[in-house]
Amino acid sequence: MLAFLVQRISQAFLVMFVISMIAFAIQDGLGDPLQELVGMSVSLEERDALRDEMGLNDPIYVQYVRFAGNALQGDLGISYFYGKPTLQVIAEHLPATLELVIGASLIIMVFSVPIGVYAAIRPQAFLSKFFMGISTVGISIPVFLTAIMLIQLFSIGVTIEMFPTDTGWGAWLNGALSTDGGLPSYGRGDELTHLFGTWNSGFFSSDGLWHLVLPCVSLASIMLPLFIRLIRAEMMEVLQSDYIRYARAKGLSSGRINFLHALKNTMLPVITVGGVQLGIMVAYTILTETVFQWPGMGLMFLEAITRSDIPLIVAYLMVVGLVFVITNTIVDLIYGLVNPTVKLTGKKA
Amino acid sequence: MMTATVSRWARVRDSFLWYSFKRDKVAIISFIVLLAMVLSAIFAPLLAPTDPYDLALIDIMNSELPPVGMSGADGAFPLGTDAQGRDMLSTILYGTRVSLMIGFGAVILQAVLGILFGLLAGYMGGRVDAILMRIADVQLSFSTLMVAIIVGAVFKASFGSLMFGEIAIYMLIFIIGLAEWPQIARTVRASVLAEKKKEYVDAAKVMGFRTNRIMFRHILPNTLSPIFVIGTVQIANAIISEAALSFLGLGMPETQPSLGSLIKSGFDYIQSGSWWITLLPGLVLVVLVLVINLLGDWLRDVMNPRLYKG
Repeated sequence: MLAFLVQRISQAFLVMFVISMIAFAIQDGLGDPLQELVGMSVSLEERDALRDEMGLNDPIYVQYVRFAGNALQGDLGISYFYGKPTLQVIAEHLPATLELVIGASLIIMVFSVPIGVYAAIRPQAFLSKFFMGISTVGISIPVFLTAIMLIQLFSIGVTIEMFPTDTGWGAWLNGALSTDGGLPSYGRGDELTHLFGTWNSGFFSSDGLWHLVLPCVSLASIMLPLFIRLIRAEMMEVLQSDYIRYARAKGLSSGRINFLHALKNTMLPVITVGGVQLGIMVAYTILTETVFQWPGMGLMFLEAITRSDIPLIVAYLMVVGLVFVITNTIVDLIYGLVNPTVKLTGKKA
Repeated sequence: MMTATVSRWARVRDSFLWYSFKRDKVAIISFIVLLAMVLSAIFAPLLAPTDPYDLALIDIMNSELPPVGMSGADGAFPLGTDAQGRDMLSTILYGTRVSLMIGFGAVILQAVLGILFGLLAGYMGGRVDAILMRIADVQLSFSTLMVAIIVGAVFKASFGSLMFGEIAIYMLIFIIGLAEWPQIARTVRASVLAEKKKEYVDAAKVMGFRTNRIMFRHILPNTLSPIFVIGTVQIANAIISEAALSFLGLGMPETQPSLGSLIKSGFDYIQSGSWWITLLPGLVLVVLVLVINLLGDWLRDVMNPRLYKG
């Protein structure tokens, strides 16, 4: 177990090292800090002197060591656009993204477990097939398109007038197929509650919650089909196993078997896979935040790209890389702990 | 010559693949829809009423016309026009062409990389295997979309928007191919591990064939069916990734739009009620990806039911 622990943690450090190298290469290759600091009027000699003073003429490995050292002390440079330390800028944008992810995760948990379990217990039922069909379609719709459709339906509203209004059913169909819209589709709203530090929360006012609805549903829509399929597949496998058959033979009620004995063993792999998927959600937050102009880290990153704000791009890469590495390592460790059949030395068979 | 084609057709007709295809309505419908879309994309220059790349044909007075069937529509533009006055039907046909080109191109690139690295890792084993698979693991744990966004962002920042726009097709093929190779490499490696224990490989070794020959002429043909299954799904993934990158502004420019950049340019006008500019290309994208995924599901069931679950 100790060997496994050491191996995974050292691997995490190795990955972080590679990420920092990439980030450094981007910073070194793309940005000329001198260009940003001084204008055109400064002469070449002065520039060279400044270069020396800033250490830009040092050998590349000295510059890297300096970069890594600063990064370890929490100094990832100053954003060109915001004029503030990049980590502070990220800290200001982090809560919005976190609330988006939390909201989406809640939606995923509430819907995926009952649907997945139902589809596993009754694979032939009409409702199961309906949900599995929906989830195939759901996987094929990109998250930004779901978001746009939600905006059209629930923010702008749809008016259907194609049925004849002189008949009762025509008017009824027109009314039933039309939507009112009115849900907010832009930003986080004005009524944010200050919690602590840089965290302003939208969870504590109705306006903030309404603003969360569409972005969270969009973000959840991409993961929900995956989770439903995963829970269904795991549950069906568990239901085939000997101890479930024994429980049936013993005459336990099907509710007790399904929800007490089977569900417990289903959720284990789901939780670990879920951990990794939550990390992957970060990529989808970039898309969701772009559609809804949600002031989180993803939108900040995209704006940094269009503004060529190199320090902020680099800092974002480092922070997101760290988040990924930490979640993956923790998930790996938990998986190793709860599932002893995982090869502890990590050697592939 | 004639007999050869007849017997080849007979082989297809008697195969299990054809047998199960005939019996699967979903597969047949998906295949017909996909074929229709691919053909109309290939022949877009002949089918499209106007050439959306030709600025001289665009009239700004025609902008934001709705599709036929709504009030204010113009019969010359069956699916309406976008904000610049381009015919939606033509831009969608050309856009599908660009999206499919990038999708296929990216999958060919990742197949080349994936097969090469997968074969190497599986057949050589040892340190080569450990290093290649560790890279694949780490890259996959970051999610392919994230890798593609970051690489795209770096490229765009280093080339500049204008230059990036000119070579965007090749850039996107490169970015998506690079981001997704681990998927194929893993599959290839797994089947190589199973194949290399078989007797025909021992026989080839005894006969003194070189490693390259054994890897590419003997083992590779036996790993092709899982590659086809994964490759099909990967085309759908590549098209989605391309659309996502273009939507973020890291992909095709508006002058040479793909489905993703059409959705992006239409999104700015959705609040003013012109839903067709963004939702029509969106619908085409969803149908395209859906039929490819359905065909992939069918292929997986037929060729290798134990490839992956769920």
